[in-house]
Amino acid sequence: MLQQKTNRKGAAGAVLGILALLLGVVLLENLSALIPGLPGVLQPTSQLFTVLKKGAVYALVVVSMNLLNGFTGLFSLGQAGFMLLGAYTYAIFTVPMDAKDQVYYLYGGSAVKFSLVDLFEGIFGTSGAGGGIALIFAVLTGLVLAGLVAALFAALIGLPVLRLKSDYLAIATLGFAEIIRAIFQWQTLGPITNGANMIKGFPTFADFNIKNSSGQVVLRLSTMVPFLVAAVCIALVVLLIRSSYGRAFKAIRDDEVAAEAMGISLFKHKMLSFVISSFFAGVGGGLFAMYVANAQAMVFTSTMTYEIMLIMVIGGIGSISGSVIGTFLYVACSEWWLRFLDAETYIGSFKVPLLRSGFRMVVFSVVIMIVVLFFSKGIMGEKELSWAMVRGFFQKLRPGKKAAPAEKKED
Amino acid sequence: MEQLFTPEYIVSILLSGISLGGQLALIAIGYTMVYGILRLINFAHGDLFMVVGLMGIYVCAVLPTYAAIPIVILITMGLGFAIERAAYKPLRSAPRMSAMISAIGVSYLLQNTATYVTGGQPMTYPTIETLNRTINIMGTPTKLVVILTPALVLVLIVLLTQLINHTKIGMAMRAVSKDFETSRLMGIKINRVISTTFVIGSALAAVGAILYFTTYPAITPTSGSMPGLKAFVAAVFGGIGSIPGAVIGAFLIGICETIIKGLPSSWNVSVFSDAFTFALLIIILTCKPTGLFGEKATDKV
Amino acid sequence: MKKMIAILLAVCMVLSLCACGSSGSGASDEKVIKIGVFEPSSGDSASGGKKEILGMQYANSQVPEVELNGETYKIELVLADNGSSTDKAPSAASSLVSAGVSVVLGSYGSGVSIAGGPKFEEAGIPAIGVTCTNPNVTAGNSYYFRICFLDNFQADVLANFAMDTFDAKVAYCLGESGNEYDQGLIAFFTQVFEAAGGKVITDSFPKNNSDFNSYLNKAKSEGADVIFTPVSIAYAVQIMKQAASLGIEAPFLGSDTLDDNMVLEAVKGTDLKLYVSTFYQEGGSPEFDEGIKAYINANSEALTANGGNDTISAVTAMGYDAYFVALEAIKKAGSGDKAAIMAALPDVTYTGVSGDIAFDEQGDAVRDTAYIKTADTASGAWALETVQTGSGS
Repeated sequence: MLQQKTNRKGAAGAVLGILALLLGVVLLENLSALIPGLPGVLQPTSQLFTVLKKGAVYALVVVSMNLLNGFTGLFSLGQAGFMLLGAYTYAIFTVPMDAKDQVYYLYGGSAVKFSLVDLFEGIFGTSGAGGGIALIFAVLTGLVLAGLVAALFAALIGLPVLRLKSDYLAIATLGFAEIIRAIFQWQTLGPITNGANMIKGFPTFADFNIKNSSGQVVLRLSTMVPFLVAAVCIALVVLLIRSSYGRAFKAIRDDEVAAEAMGISLFKHKMLSFVISSFFAGVGGGLFAMYVANAQAMVFTSTMTYEIMLIMVIGGIGSISGSVIGTFLYVACSEWWLRFLDAETYIGSFKVPLLRSGFRMVVFSVVIMIVVLFFSKGIMGEKELSWAMVRGFFQKLRPGKKAAPAEKKED
Repeated sequence: MEQLFTPEYIVSILLSGISLGGQLALIAIGYTMVYGILRLINFAHGDLFMVVGLMGIYVCAVLPTYAAIPIVILITMGLGFAIERAAYKPLRSAPRMSAMISAIGVSYLLQNTATYVTGGQPMTYPTIETLNRTINIMGTPTKLVVILTPALVLVLIVLLTQLINHTKIGMAMRAVSKDFETSRLMGIKINRVISTTFVIGSALAAVGAILYFTTYPAITPTSGSMPGLKAFVAAVFGGIGSIPGAVIGAFLIGICETIIKGLPSSWNVSVFSDAFTFALLIIILTCKPTGLFGEKATDKV
Repeated sequence: MKKMIAILLAVCMVLSLCACGSSGSGASDEKVIKIGVFEPSSGDSASGGKKEILGMQYANSQVPEVELNGETYKIELVLADNGSSTDKAPSAASSLVSAGVSVVLGSYGSGVSIAGGPKFEEAGIPAIGVTCTNPNVTAGNSYYFRICFLDNFQADVLANFAMDTFDAKVAYCLGESGNEYDQGLIAFFTQVFEAAGGKVITDSFPKNNSDFNSYLNKAKSEGADVIFTPVSIAYAVQIMKQAASLGIEAPFLGSDTLDDNMVLEAVKGTDLKLYVSTFYQEGGSPEFDEGIKAYINANSEALTANGGNDTISAVTAMGYDAYFVALEAIKKAGSGDKAAIMAALPDVTYTGVSGDIAFDEQGDAVRDTAYIKTADTASGAWALETVQTGSGS
């Protein structure tokens, strides 16, 4: 009983927390419209919001990978492949009918003769609130479809490969992602996948900005949308991990033989974890397509999977909050804060050595190696962020009598 | 399409397949030896291969070829040793996944460093005159390197097998791959054995890289990743840990791939040459996870 | 030990943040207009991107200031590396937007331009495409302009050239699978060539492929009269080197990407016949040639970026022209304001080293000529073959 009560309290807290976060994001993005003369970083076109959008998208993908690798102990490297499936599914079904001829210009139009956008606009109308509702429904249906297609493929590929052991599974899923990419680039499937050309013109985050009748943006929601979708999906993953299924996953991770002896069906649970993880990777792929405003098979390479995996390691394998924190840190560093490393810089007339294009990635890979070798637990290890932890951290920061001697001992 | 399959055409396809296979074989041996001992997929091996190519360019620019080749091989052996010591040794007692993540990290580092050093430009491999001489085989003009590769692979494999079967360090390698813990208890210096494995694997990759980049002379920072993955598939195909298996697997994959590329254009399947390799991998793993020669435990290195 | 490293990392982090903060605030009372350079300097297209940047930097060194309403503004180039990859392009684009640029030049490669375009549109910054030839760059994005010809025009020129000069009946086309540039050109080439009664064999290779022997042998065996390879530079080098050792006799046709020193270097001393269509031919403007050669030779980094010699790539000339088109637009707008430049840009006309530049209602350049160059394999230089206009389609 007591357990249930605290759970309910925790759930309410979590929902409130998510709502507060979303509200904060909306506020942040519209701050410059309310108060003029703010620094450039708060302008809606600033790098900050690009980082936040990409961060939210990647956070979901990293969490989906963590569900598989960190909580079930299945080392899969197929994430980019499932993202590709999601991105293409979303893109193919949501390109509006009148944009199709331009997008599929090499193939004389698309073989998919309907569009979710037009479908819902037919029901709710195209302008005003009706258009908004149509857009929301079209995007949501597109994203869910994206996840389902990825999950379906996961179920198919899972049948043979999930029986494999750790590193064989990794290489088999990596190979699967490469095969998927080759198929989507095949010119013969052009009328559906647009071959080598990118699919564009589908609804993106920017379409969620609410405009008035003269076309001016009155309320910016473009950053809130990926946060909302990612937050809901991550919350679902957390619920799953806390359920009896999640405990079974962890048991499998810790000791397969013991788990089986306890009566946990290995294959069923591995499959479940694989399919669910792929579902969220697919949704993440759909969000990724919205973020880059196009879908092209070329970018979903093994390098992308490695990047996602390295973020997971930095955040902590087996920690959801670690993954989220790690993602935002990684994306902010690689896309924003460390960009100056790529530019040749002069301090006075002194040219700073080493700084030229490509240096950012070298520094980055060195940092990653240091994390992997010396801080293999990452930021959070297997722990989750909690209020107690935050409180503890600030208490540690305060130069109290208690903390000082304790720290000396650690050395 | 009848005109496509002339005897000359078939010979030319087979020749490039065999040469590609030979080069993959030299990389695959490195994979299979490391996996045999450490149970680690050394993802950085393919990128090491690319680094050898780049070093070849820079060293050949200052030294004559005959001096450059041994120096490049020596530096590669040193690099292989250093990677093992820096990135894998500290993780010896950590879970297997950590070592693999570290390997991916090293691969990332090597690629990014190569991008930085070359400025992202494709580099052209220097022409080694002797290897590039054109000869005629059944009316097909071919580079000497194409013929030389399989021969060199055979020689190197015979030497390697001798080393493994008839020397003390070879015996130690076999023991470690059989049972890591027990051989440590028996007084085998595990770290020395592992380092030797990496050095040998790197040396073979260096030879492979010289042959490979003489045949395909443009190098980009990602040049190593595909041959690396394919060599790994070859190693799995042959039964990981087995040297003859890896070599046979590599030749098979090399030949299959060039045949797929050589199929008539109207079939429109040549883009699947890489995908085929991975499909083969998944099929092998699900049907016969031990590979062709995997069950022969005595052959394990 | 661990703690030391942790502290070191943290210090590095803080330092880098400080550097980041201060790098933006090096302002003096000088008035500055910033021009964004959205180009790849890593990845597949790095070689081309760097040469294009070179043209802009040279132009900037020639005319570093602009006079507006009696005041002198300094022009500053802000570089952002889009990594030749569509997933890095949006954030590179928004780093330019954040830096407060008034107009953007670039990119080499159409995919990244399409991916970065929405960011510029959102921020209301006009962008001038330099050598992105895919129709979808300007279609559906009113803020994107371009000063080069389009893929369909280029393919048209090459197909006509193949039929006129070599009397070609069979063309073998080879491109990278999944690359919209390669596949787009091949598709347009096929349309024109087949409409004129020719036969086209198309083939694609997977990304990171390095073995082209099979493809080239196939082309030979299937009786191709010309081989059309609109591929990235790294692949082109690979193809040329392997074709030389196979003794391929059919002439190679290349698109603007093949107009590159690396490719020229690869065919030097061989018996290959290579023809490329491009935007500019050395000798078109002796003054520019002389100036840029002096600039490249005086600067070791520029020399490396240009592949170690001073052969002028067409993309460098295009980068040079793009800078002056932007300058012209700034002058016309009378300020460094992005909206004013956007309003002024459609009507800008400029006579650059690569020819006359004006925009149509789509934002594309009005161009009807392309240069076809051939590689002189003995001396390792480009020679002008012909100036070709499209078939008017």
